[in-house]
Amino acid sequence: MSQGILKYMSSSIGRKYIMAVSGLVWVLFVLTHMIGNLLIFAGKDAYNVYSHKLITNPLIYLAEAALVIFIGAHAFTGISLKLRNNRTKPTLYAVTPKSAKGASLSSKSMIWSGTITLVFLILHLVTFKYGQYYAYSKDGADVVLDGIKVRDIHQLVIECFEKPGYVAWYGICLVLVGLHLYHGVASSFQTLGLNHPKFNNAIKMFGWAYAIVVALGFLAVPLYVFIF
Amino acid sequence: MAGNNNSRTMRINLKVWRQQNEKVQGNLVDYTLDSVSPDMSFLEMFDVLNEQLVKKGEEPVAFAHDCREGICGSCAMVIDGEPHGPQTGTTTCQLHMRSFSDGDTIVVEPFRAKAFPVVKDLVTNRTALDRIQAAGGYVTVSTGNAPDGNAIPISKEIADLAMDAAACIQCGACVAACRNGSAMLFVSAKVSQLALLPQGQAERDRRVSRMVWQMDEEDFGSCTNMGSCAAACPKEIKVENIARINREYAHAMLFGRVSERVSDE
Repeated sequence: MSQGILKYMSSSIGRKYIMAVSGLVWVLFVLTHMIGNLLIFAGKDAYNVYSHKLITNPLIYLAEAALVIFIGAHAFTGISLKLRNNRTKPTLYAVTPKSAKGASLSSKSMIWSGTITLVFLILHLVTFKYGQYYAYSKDGADVVLDGIKVRDIHQLVIECFEKPGYVAWYGICLVLVGLHLYHGVASSFQTLGLNHPKFNNAIKMFGWAYAIVVALGFLAVPLYVFIF
Repeated sequence: MAGNNNSRTMRINLKVWRQQNEKVQGNLVDYTLDSVSPDMSFLEMFDVLNEQLVKKGEEPVAFAHDCREGICGSCAMVIDGEPHGPQTGTTTCQLHMRSFSDGDTIVVEPFRAKAFPVVKDLVTNRTALDRIQAAGGYVTVSTGNAPDGNAIPISKEIADLAMDAAACIQCGACVAACRNGSAMLFVSAKVSQLALLPQGQAERDRRVSRMVWQMDEEDFGSCTNMGSCAAACPKEIKVENIARINREYAHAMLFGRVSERVSDE
């Protein structure tokens, strides 16, 4: 009897496909999230209205469900692969190689940068999405859009980023997100079979640039709030 | 004289992994060789060490070797943390002592991976790789006489790629170098050398499927695209082959009709 998709997807390569596809979904998400955050530079009104339109769009539930499923699959598969890989390489060598035969810091630390990012993500939702609710009011009246009161998420962001401890924690986490993206983005191309001498340098540069742009874009907000 | 830069010979300190068998714990043991010629290969240095040990009535260091000309894949040692030592594209037997300096301390360990249990000292059991090959790394046709040249047209570029993949000598350095103990570079080379050629097409789906399933059944880890394997490979097999096996596997998943074993067909 011929083997089905499940047999393929549960193999080591199949699980790598899961890692790559679910990772890429989040790669796209962090970019859009980062660009949305930059609206803070366009002013309080733009920021709050964007946030309002985003969360009142009914499609948001579909998007949120997809993101939860993909990050769940990513974390579960990643941890299960790591546990197996720890068993298949029980001992490392007495000497650490000095040359290119060693692996990059980013690729070696995926499990840790990923785990801390997941913890950060949960706390991040608690702080902002499910955090303190401020009503957005202008000239003494609550702002209402499409019949729903607008939340002053801008106020909460400013309050959080005025605390040096929070900015430090946020900064460390975003550097780790960048580190995770540096290996993850380029690596997902390889996992999905895209590797050609014509494109390899471009793919590597793209992964590098993506990680830096996303991390710096996110960091711009707290730095702006904290310094100015 | 040892320690003298003008002398033709070198003094080399070795820390060599000694382990009686698979079941007992091993440890690094110090040895010193006073007159190592820079023209000796790394294995010849071990021959000298073993002669000394035998003369002293001690047990010689067990290490795997056969052709000593870089093509058989038998010699397998991790030298200062690197499979086959510091020189790129070189097997241990082709590594010469001129790559080291007088007074160096060199740490020599066996290939480490759960799939490669230590038989004795530096010798590991690498038959897991044979079982992967046996699961599908071949073409099942009666080849008959040698075919006419160019009877099947293959471009020079593709022939070169297939030949590069076929250069794999199954030494297992990729597994030894990988932090996950993954055999993906090896399997990808064995899949690629046939997947690239017309003769390999008929069995492409079942080949990649069964070889990957066998790899998973053995104690190999999964690939995380770190690239240490390709850096360590004495035949400089490229990670491009791993991307190819990922494509081949996706093809088999989506279009193949592959049973788990030959006996199920």
